[in-house]
Amino acid sequence: MTYLAKPKFHHPALPKNALGYTHRDYEGSVSTLCAGCGHDSITGAIIQACFELAIEPHKVAKISGIGCSSKTPTYFLGNSHGFNSVHGRMPSVLTGANLANRDLIYLGVSGDGDSASIGFGQFAHAIRRGVNMVYIVENNGVYGLTKGQFSATADRGSKAKRGAVNNDSPIDMVAIALQLGATFVARSFSGDKPQLVPLIKAAIEHKGAAFIDVISPCVAFNNHAGSTKSFDYVREHNRAVNRLDFITGREPIAVDYAPGELEIVEQHDGSRLALRKLAADYDPHDRIAAMNYLAQRTALGEIVTGLLYVDRDPEDLHEHLNTVDTPLNALTEKDLCPGAAALERFNAGLR
Amino acid sequence: MKLTDIASPDYFHKVVDCQWACPAHTPVPEYIRLIAQGRYSDAYMINWYSNVFPGILGRTCDRPCEPACRRGRVEKEPVAICRLKRVAADYKDDIRARLPKPAAHKNGKRIAVIGAGPASLTVARDLAPLGYHCVVFDQDLQPGGMMRTQIPKFRLPDAVLDEECGYILGLGIEFQGGRRIDSLKALLGEGYDAVFVGSGAPRGRDLDIPGRKEAAANIHIGIDWLSSVSFGHTNRIGKRVVVLGGGNTAMDCCRTARRLGGADVKVVVRSGFEEMKASPWEKEDALNEGIPIFNYLVPKAFTHENGRLTGVLFEKVRAERDARGRRQLVPTGEPDQHFPCDDVLVAVGQENAFPWIERDIGIAFDKWDMPVVDPKTMQSTRPGVFFGGDAAFGPKNIIWAVAHGHEAAISIDKHCRGEDIAVRPDPRVALTSQKMGIHEWSYDNEITTDQRYPVPHRDKEIALRDVRVEVELGYDPSLALAEAQRCLNCDVQTVFTGSLCIECDACVDICPMDCITFTENGEEDELRQRLRAPANNKSQDLYVADNLKSGRVMVKDEDVCLHCGLCAERCPTGAWDMQKFLLEMTQAGPACHSSA
Ligand SMILES: Cc1cc2nc3c(=O)[nH]c(=O)nc-3n(C[C@H](O)[C@H](O)[C@H](O)COP(=O)(O)OP(=O)(O)OC[C@H]3O[C@@H](n4cnc5c(N)ncnc54)[C@H](O)[C@@H]3O)c2cc1C
Ligand SMILES: Cc1ncc(C[n+]2csc(CCOP(=O)(O)OP(=O)(O)O)c2C)c(N)n1
Ligand code: SF4
Ligand code: SF4
Ligand code: SF4
Ligand SMILES: [Mg+2]
Repeated sequence: MTYLAKPKFHHPALPKNALGYTHRDYEGSVSTLCAGCGHDSITGAIIQACFELAIEPHKVAKISGIGCSSKTPTYFLGNSHGFNSVHGRMPSVLTGANLANRDLIYLGVSGDGDSASIGFGQFAHAIRRGVNMVYIVENNGVYGLTKGQFSATADRGSKAKRGAVNNDSPIDMVAIALQLGATFVARSFSGDKPQLVPLIKAAIEHKGAAFIDVISPCVAFNNHAGSTKSFDYVREHNRAVNRLDFITGREPIAVDYAPGELEIVEQHDGSRLALRKLAADYDPHDRIAAMNYLAQRTALGEIVTGLLYVDRDPEDLHEHLNTVDTPLNALTEKDLCPGAAALERFNAGLR
Repeated sequence: MKLTDIASPDYFHKVVDCQWACPAHTPVPEYIRLIAQGRYSDAYMINWYSNVFPGILGRTCDRPCEPACRRGRVEKEPVAICRLKRVAADYKDDIRARLPKPAAHKNGKRIAVIGAGPASLTVARDLAPLGYHCVVFDQDLQPGGMMRTQIPKFRLPDAVLDEECGYILGLGIEFQGGRRIDSLKALLGEGYDAVFVGSGAPRGRDLDIPGRKEAAANIHIGIDWLSSVSFGHTNRIGKRVVVLGGGNTAMDCCRTARRLGGADVKVVVRSGFEEMKASPWEKEDALNEGIPIFNYLVPKAFTHENGRLTGVLFEKVRAERDARGRRQLVPTGEPDQHFPCDDVLVAVGQENAFPWIERDIGIAFDKWDMPVVDPKTMQSTRPGVFFGGDAAFGPKNIIWAVAHGHEAAISIDKHCRGEDIAVRPDPRVALTSQKMGIHEWSYDNEITTDQRYPVPHRDKEIALRDVRVEVELGYDPSLALAEAQRCLNCDVQTVFTGSLCIECDACVDICPMDCITFTENGEEDELRQRLRAPANNKSQDLYVADNLKSGRVMVKDEDVCLHCGLCAERCPTGAWDMQKFLLEMTQAGPACHSSA
């Protein structure tokens, strides 16, 4: 960490987005995490994604649990709404907030401890209900904040800093998310912003439960030889199935890839994803095939990254529950107390 | 593009924009930090070593450092480098004990130094402590050259000049005031081991237009008039004064006239206000003293009646580009404009004149009648005769004169030792880590957003009453501290070691100025466009380093780096370090001897 606030000066030629903001306008207060923490890079990627999408900061709610990862919402989008919940409870707080006001963009930020241990059940239910959100797990394989105990995502056989070996089976959160019906599933690496930023942008635009597992080395407790979440290990074992470009608007897309290498995925809202294939036969629309591919590659010791699955036609919790469009705080007394006649009709319907 | 060689002294020197731009390469941030610490004497001595006249320059320097200052690219205005120098001079203790002592043993070599301006005095200062016997001749009785005769006292009081010229003459130098050299040939016949010509550019240009002769009594050449004021021969001027010319001399003329009875003083320039040669701050000072500046007016004639000047007639012009794109002034066709006045000061340029240098003594002159001088060694075409200051390449300024003086002194020292004067000494450089703890540096790396502090001025009423009353009061210590904090410490360099880097991006994310990019290498022009922020300022280098595991390169655009050290604070592996780069020019003496 640093004790100095980041100087207000910025580069005179910084690009501005449609709102007239530079990426500096999407920052939060200066990070207190260890110097070099992968989580800080994810913070940088979220800032970049929100800047590029020209999101109005007050339209975002950042919700997190407990852990170094869960501290990070303080370090980005300083002008957004935020809620730092108790350990593992981000998903239910986010679900509740989302039900109350569907107009905001929900950014759930969690850790592997927060989501794969204490909050595992919460994670599962938010995903299977299809809450419209971006669920980011900053996955370092340890409980960073409590000094580096193995988390439930640590690979069997991987070594702790002091040499202890992990004997438990790992939870692959991407596999679980696929199985539970997330409509957007991706994995990336904190050290690869060109891959991560477009994934976050696409996830924000996705109208459904979007899950991104971001491997994020803990420089203090899990970046040594023998770790499978270190910078070196992830770089050596990374298998990216595709590269994503996220495109808003309907301008023609000029990309110079050989035919067949590029797939344009039309999204529900008209935005498009340009997917450059890296693994020739990988189809990101086939959930079962995705799960198979993941299982096979994981068995080979590879870390599969990229946009692994996207449902072209996602549904979300509000559709399932047929809730009112208007945020609850905007409903008037007239909407909420429609009168005796309405009550009479309602009761009649139940007879 | 090619990887950066940070071992080359020029690389980091260029990053210290102010020092690079200073002709004498004064270590600016080093002295500014000392001022912030209240160590005024130390700050003064750093300046004295480099630029010889800290108190004088702190009031009068042309400040090429300030337009170059990085701060000016980050916000509106550069650091007030020049006026901070004055603070060191104003608040220092008695530093006489820290000056070099007159040489205990003379080396038997005699050097003739012609003129006692800044160039000559620098030569003598550098050589005398080495044992050279320097004889300085000046036609004037007192040393200082144009610093004394031209620069008005309200900008540079005599006390400051006397003090700093005194430090030099106290080094055991023979000063022959009031002696004009009328023949260089004769002087060369006196058997000096070397001669330095620092005689300046003493002639003011005239304006030969109708009426010049008839109205001569009230038309004055600017620099002659200014020296006459300095010597006390002139102490009045008419009520209405027109000053012709747009350079610094014109500014000094109009402001002086304002103090000698000129109630209605105007400056009139041929070209546009923006194109005027005068420094922006000089124009500002003139305007503040109620002197309007009229532009795009070309003088056509001096009007007169009964042998007395009545005014100046001007043709109105505008600037246009000709077919080849060159700017030209063309008449607008509007009626001429007449400015009635009692006196005119002509400040339209300065020239060299060497009537006392014979043309048959092996010193070649070019087609402009200027001596042919090697810009590195300052030697003329006659070995052993050196030029410097305004005499060498035409009118410049004090700090250039000083820089020439240092180079000439090195040459003279080598010449007298029989060494090759073309072999120049390298500067002394030191690179020292500033790390004291995880987040602690031995410099103050917090960045203030304060804007430039104006220097307090004396009340205008009082200032305009007396030509000898100094206008600027200078910063007091608290203002000086606040202004000093604006310095970005550009000499504290970001030094990168690729083999330590784990490519975590922490430095990229924390850098407030988006200076750092990890990317594939490429051609410079193309690379400049795909950095985190476009590197459009090509005068600033890219720092390119390799040895990264991914095979990419680290590219840092030096342009607007705040030297805040956040990259180094954030780096988990120490791949970035903040290291102070101290460069001092080598001056005449043992360090520049080939056989040393
Ligand atoms: C009005 C005016 C204002 C200026 N203001 C500034 C300013 O604010 N800041 C700045 O940096 N510069 C300023 N300058 C420019 C600056 O004064 C000169 O560039 C500088 O003084 C040149 O130094 P020098 O050593 O070459 O010689 P000079 O200072 O010109 O000194 C030459 C000396 O040689 C003597 N000399 C000449 N010929 C002979 C001879 N044959 N025998 C004996 N002695 C001789 C002269 O009497 C003179 O004393 C100003 C110039 C003018 C005209
Ligand atoms: C209910 C509860 N149980 C235990 C803790 C202690 N605790 C704090 S953070 C943490 C683990 C966080 O791990 P992770 O989510 O992976 O975050 P990281 O610090 O690794 O980013 C634990 C167990 C707690 N704060 N609250
Ligand atoms: S302990 Fe690990 S996870 Fe926490 S801030 Fe430090 S590096 Fe990041
Ligand atoms: S010192 Fe480092 S962090 Fe600060 S501006 Fe320069 S490169 Fe950026
Ligand atoms: S912070 Fe250090 S280790 Fe990380 S990318 Fe920058 S230089 Fe490399
Ligand atoms: Mg963790």
